[in-house]
Amino acid sequence: MSSFKKALKLFITFFKIGAFTFGGGYAMIPLIQHEVTVKNKWITDDDILEIVAISESTPGPIAVNSATFVGYRVCGVLGSIASTLGVVVPSFLIMLVVFFVLDEFQHLKPVQYAFMGIRACVLALVLKALVSMYKKCEKTWVSYTVIAFSVITSVVIAKFVPINTFYIIIASAVFGLVSYSILRRRANK
Amino acid sequence: MIFWDLFWTFFKIGAFTFGGGLAMLRIAQEQVIAWGWLEESQIVDFVALSESTPGPFAINMATYVGASQEGILGAACATLGVVLPSFIVILIVAHFYKQFQSSHIVKGVMTGLKPTAIGLIASAVISMAITVFIPAGFSPSLFRSTEFYVSLVIFALSLFLVFSKKIKIPPVLVICISAGLGIAAGYAFGL
Repeated sequence: MSSFKKALKLFITFFKIGAFTFGGGYAMIPLIQHEVTVKNKWITDDDILEIVAISESTPGPIAVNSATFVGYRVCGVLGSIASTLGVVVPSFLIMLVVFFVLDEFQHLKPVQYAFMGIRACVLALVLKALVSMYKKCEKTWVSYTVIAFSVITSVVIAKFVPINTFYIIIASAVFGLVSYSILRRRANK
Repeated sequence: MIFWDLFWTFFKIGAFTFGGGLAMLRIAQEQVIAWGWLEESQIVDFVALSESTPGPFAINMATYVGASQEGILGAACATLGVVLPSFIVILIVAHFYKQFQSSHIVKGVMTGLKPTAIGLIASAVISMAITVFIPAGFSPSLFRSTEFYVSLVIFALSLFLVFSKKIKIPPVLVICISAGLGIAAGYAFGL
């Protein structure tokens, strides 16, 4: 298969994944796995696990990271552009339509009432996502310290002194690195 | 220039998001409000829209905020911004992924980044809760407002539906039910 055809196939595959997965990037992972390992046999099972693991520890949305990575593996930079575009374009187009439709009807009473209900519901949905992330997180004192630190600085202290969240993230990364190094050195002794 | 501001803001958001799209909610709230692009309540509405449309949260967010400011072109700039850091980093990492995976620096940094994502989502939830339940700030009159109780009931019901192990319904459906209840309550109580 020519590299152009491969790239087109990648684009179509990731377009489908992007267009039909609700619930964000994590929900896409099983679909991506199925499409690339079983259906198209582009990548082996072990490799896809590795790709997902790396996608989780690099910045950015997991769906985009894994799409880019798979695309690159299959046919280089062209492939990575094709699959990234594939995963991005559907939600871009859908969101545009949603925005313009909503912009048109936002002032209507029923729409405002509907959003009153939806806002309360969304809180529950995000809470659910939070709980499942917490369950997956390693339960160590480092984790607890960082969680407490992030919540306290961004909720309580930020009320009095403006703190940029970027600094909270950087501080957590540094803390993680330092504590990891100390624990490793102790374990090696 | 607005196009550059959108691009650069979302570039930074993309570069600092670890552990999935929701983790960017806190930074996005902060940045988008600081720029005056959306209000807190509009962000809550947006999260609802994102949960009921397909695709990654980050892309939805960038597109929505960009479109709200400068239409299609604004949406394109913001989306390009949020995607580009991922794209660049992955292309680099794809070359060194063996070293990347066994790197103790990466492991160390991740032991800090994973929990901070959780902490930041928690604080995003707290500020969303304030927006939903006490939009006008805390005062005794809050307990006389029908809207407060309507929100509370819908929240409790959604919590039950979302966390229930017996009833498995997709989030989109829970959103639809809540929207219906909101409309019914709105007309019933003449809010």
